[in-house]
Amino acid sequence: MENTIQLKVIDRTGVAHQLEAPTDMNLNIMEICKINELPVEGTCGGMALCASCHCYIESDTPLPEANENELAMLAEAFHVKQNSRLGCQIRINSNIDGIVIRLAPS
Amino acid sequence: MIETEIIIVGAGPVGLFTVFEAGLLKMRCHVVDSLPSAGGQLSEIYPKKPIYDIPGYPMILAGQLVKNLLEQIAPFNPGFTLGETVVSLEYKNSKYQLVTNRGTELMAPVVIIAGGLGVFQPRKPPINNLVNFEDRGVEYIIRDPEFYKGKKVVISGGGDSALDWTVFLVENKIPTEISLVHRRSIFRGQPDSVQKVMEMASQGKINLLTESEVVEIIPDSTGRVKSVVINHDTSGKKTVDTDHFIPLFGLTPSLGPIADWGLEIEKNAIVVNTVDYSTKKRGIFAVGDINTYPGKLKLILCGFHEGTLAVQSAFAIIHPDKRNVLKYTTVNGVNPF
Repeated sequence: MENTIQLKVIDRTGVAHQLEAPTDMNLNIMEICKINELPVEGTCGGMALCASCHCYIESDTPLPEANENELAMLAEAFHVKQNSRLGCQIRINSNIDGIVIRLAPS
Repeated sequence: MIETEIIIVGAGPVGLFTVFEAGLLKMRCHVVDSLPSAGGQLSEIYPKKPIYDIPGYPMILAGQLVKNLLEQIAPFNPGFTLGETVVSLEYKNSKYQLVTNRGTELMAPVVIIAGGLGVFQPRKPPINNLVNFEDRGVEYIIRDPEFYKGKKVVISGGGDSALDWTVFLVENKIPTEISLVHRRSIFRGQPDSVQKVMEMASQGKINLLTESEVVEIIPDSTGRVKSVVINHDTSGKKTVDTDHFIPLFGLTPSLGPIADWGLEIEKNAIVVNTVDYSTKKRGIFAVGDINTYPGKLKLILCGFHEGTLAVQSAFAIIHPDKRNVLKYTTVNGVNPF
């Protein structure tokens, strides 16, 4: 469909969820997870301040570099790996079509 | 015992504005919050962030909004108990009696919960049996630095809190030995704090362990912390003897004791009736981010509306024999008490 992308989210029990997300609504991955009732709290509302949307990027999707706020939060979060990102800081747009992410332990 | 007409649990923007609306109806409020200053997440998490959807302000910084609200409610002289968490709530003799974690007792016929995201609690690192060592050598908050006098201390964390406390403890020569453990090679705290820590490390005043994590705690025969096992990314594990292990990874909110007050909870929020944001217990209301109802939006401006309606019903409970009539501030002004 036009203006939508596909993404795969693997939850904390290992179940993969194939999701569709609109690119024209200024959404991010945290919000898409919440809309689909996946167990992502998004406590801080997307300000990169709580790490409750911490996830691992498992596809080689090119993403913009994490900004200072996101890096600072990832420096405080637990279970951080090389491919860690905050879902709230990844915008839904056509560049990330097919992205695969795994939710980090809560 | 603090006795008042309305106890407001939560000193965030919605709790503060509820004081104002109650004040217009000449009802006295006392506000309790687990954080040491008013403002809730606006003060604690994002004081410098701009907010664009407060009516009448094209843009206002979160910290400034809190200042303005405190100024707005000052005429109504609310009481504050800050830095204390309400742990229990009981209904006795037609009033609610609340007790905080520090033993402060409060009593009122009406309680308005404006608890936001809940209680801010320390973020705990994922170490097996960590909780078994709480108050037995593991502390998540430094309350009294003198407590560590002459002790060996391991601090972990890479943010301002870990850096600032390390600098403070070294400069005041409180513990005999300090190790600072950080998972990364770079710190993300204030540049001058980072520089101080680096200087202290090069002068041998602290044992700085970067690219390292505390992975295990070893107890002595009484169950207190005896040492911690620290894993370095490349060189592996080593054991460091210590009296205290202090993980400083910031705060994270959770619903906390509110969940045990017999209210209806759905998805970590209190279910309310949108007529007046009352809970299923008469005299207890929930406003702002802590409540839920069909169509709920977690916005400050919606919380202001909720608090305004809640105090109308609170008036009927506190003054069952009086009738309340809406009066405009443009006509009546604000009458301090």
